[in-house]
Amino acid sequence: MSFLIDSSIMITSQILFFGFGWLFFMRQLFKDYEIRQYVVQVIFSVTFAFSCTMFELIIFEILGVLNSSSRYFHWKMNLCVILLILVFMVPFYIGYFIVSNIRLLHKQRLLFSCLLWLTFMYFFWKLGDPFPILSPKHEQLISRVGVIGVTLMALLSGFGAVNCPYTYMSYFLRNVTDTDILALERRLLQTMDMIISKKKRMAMARRTMFQKGEVHNKPSGFWGMIKSVTTSASGSENLTLIQQEVDALEELSRQLFLETADLYATKERIEYSKTFKGKYFNFLGYFFSIYCVWKIFMATINIVFDRVGKTDPVTRGIEITVNYLGIQFDVKFWSQHISFILVGIIIVTSIRGLLITLTKFFYAISSSKSSNVIVLLLAQIMGMYFVSSVLLIRMSMPLEYRTIITEVLGELQFNFYHRWFDVIFLVSALSSILFLYLAHKQAPEKQMAP
Amino acid sequence: MASLDRVKVLVLGDSGVGKSSLVHLLCQNQVLGNPSWTVGCSVDVRVHDYKEGTPEEKTYYIELWDVGGSVGSASSVKSTRAVFYNSVNGIIFVHDLTNKKSSQNLRRWSLEALNRDLVPTGVLVTNGDYDQEQFADNQIPLLVIGTKLDQIHETKRHEVLTRTAFLAEDFNPEEINLDCTNPRYLAAGSSNAVKLSRFFDKIPGFPDRKRFGAGTLKSLHYD
Repeated sequence: MSFLIDSSIMITSQILFFGFGWLFFMRQLFKDYEIRQYVVQVIFSVTFAFSCTMFELIIFEILGVLNSSSRYFHWKMNLCVILLILVFMVPFYIGYFIVSNIRLLHKQRLLFSCLLWLTFMYFFWKLGDPFPILSPKHEQLISRVGVIGVTLMALLSGFGAVNCPYTYMSYFLRNVTDTDILALERRLLQTMDMIISKKKRMAMARRTMFQKGEVHNKPSGFWGMIKSVTTSASGSENLTLIQQEVDALEELSRQLFLETADLYATKERIEYSKTFKGKYFNFLGYFFSIYCVWKIFMATINIVFDRVGKTDPVTRGIEITVNYLGIQFDVKFWSQHISFILVGIIIVTSIRGLLITLTKFFYAISSSKSSNVIVLLLAQIMGMYFVSSVLLIRMSMPLEYRTIITEVLGELQFNFYHRWFDVIFLVSALSSILFLYLAHKQAPEKQMAP
Repeated sequence: MASLDRVKVLVLGDSGVGKSSLVHLLCQNQVLGNPSWTVGCSVDVRVHDYKEGTPEEKTYYIELWDVGGSVGSASSVKSTRAVFYNSVNGIIFVHDLTNKKSSQNLRRWSLEALNRDLVPTGVLVTNGDYDQEQFADNQIPLLVIGTKLDQIHETKRHEVLTRTAFLAEDFNPEEINLDCTNPRYLAAGSSNAVKLSRFFDKIPGFPDRKRFGAGTLKSLHYD
């Protein structure tokens, strides 16, 4: 009986999450495109719904809501469904939509998408070889999905940790004046004018060639033939020369356009930094940069000294307060609530952060042809990201709550994942620092060039 | 061959509707083989015979400015684009017949291009509201072109072709629907080619502008 009640609660929450994913897709991601293939929207919302359900189950675990056996059952079921989606459905549909875009293969779409899916499975399986993965059960799938997801998480976190202070702090803003922008705009318009005058010459030359060509179609004798050869040869040679000049000028105009857009963006950021909100973010930026340096330091220590933290922050915090500060309180009660709050914050910020990043990414790279494929790729990334969040969140929870995750996910080398996360995080953070440094250095030099 | 003061026509529309293919077709009478994303603005020149077939026939250059990007771009990109909207003589709005959103976005494109003069600062600020009165004294001739006609099935054509009816209330633009990969849509003598010529002829800047005027209070004198 209680199982039925629990299941109905779970199903209601899943429908809610599905609705949220649907709305997000329609309002945010696809607001400039027409949704022609509803399959894509359904898949995205389903992936989102099942990922959120996993987080919900963790919260229920901490709070002790619902019957323990029904929780276990739902965990197992959820995991199976999500693996099914991430390994079978989404890759298949990605292949299908890629193939649909190519006109030649239109007739045998299904065949080619199956082929693509088989190639994906092959590489997916090969991925597991260099990593320590033990038992030949369904853990094989989870471990591979976990590896990919953890790599993604670490890359994003490393880049985010460095980029966040860089964008928030106004120390890094270059000084841009209105005269700079006007000068650049003038250069842009001058370049456009030069392109136009060359194209006018080309158009007129083509027109005269066309008209003369008509005249010369009539047989006009020996001299006529010689004349036509020389004139048309020089005419087309001229055209190719001018065309090359035009190509170079067009490339220049593109560069100037991008630089001007960059200057406008910097100018807006400067104005924003003078507002109250801007100052607040600037302050946060200093705070985050210290946090980022600390995280890099901790990651290095973890790798060098080959240790993985055994206790979670909640228990350690409570230990410190009890032992060093001598404050007595009901440990069990407080540890439950604090870990709930902590885990809740982690979950909410990671979901929100991921959705915002995905939206930005989608706007930047999608076009009307590739929007379906890109959304499915994003759904795949989102699913893998959330699965590995579950793996890693285990470390932030006190021991008594970790058991369910260990039970459900089986014999996984959790320590390996944490170590792997640290390595990739370090690599990603250091390369982002290098990349941002180079980009920052290069920009003012471009402006000073005549 | 007279080279007049510039005759500048903007080609606006969402990303991926086929503006570059269209401009290539109009200017070089050839189909564009490898269309790629337009960054910034690409210009091409069309040689136009003003009043073709009459004794007053003259040849002019018409510059077609194909501005890339989407309506939802960052405001820094919009401010940069605004530099191209100076002293425009005509506008061609392009939308994709297979994509409803691109026709709806034409409204926002017209706001961006035509309201430019109302903003004193360099930064574009629009709240997206559509105020019909702002277009009352617009004298710039407009043309709406729908692309990818070949991908619309015969039975759905009627529904699709009435999509841009909302623009008629404010602008009364001419409309052409075609497929940019097929030059026969603009073959000489076809109704599309005639509409196109008529549109270009309406552009102020040619002599005796008053004859083609839209009956507004302002009138330009070109003597």
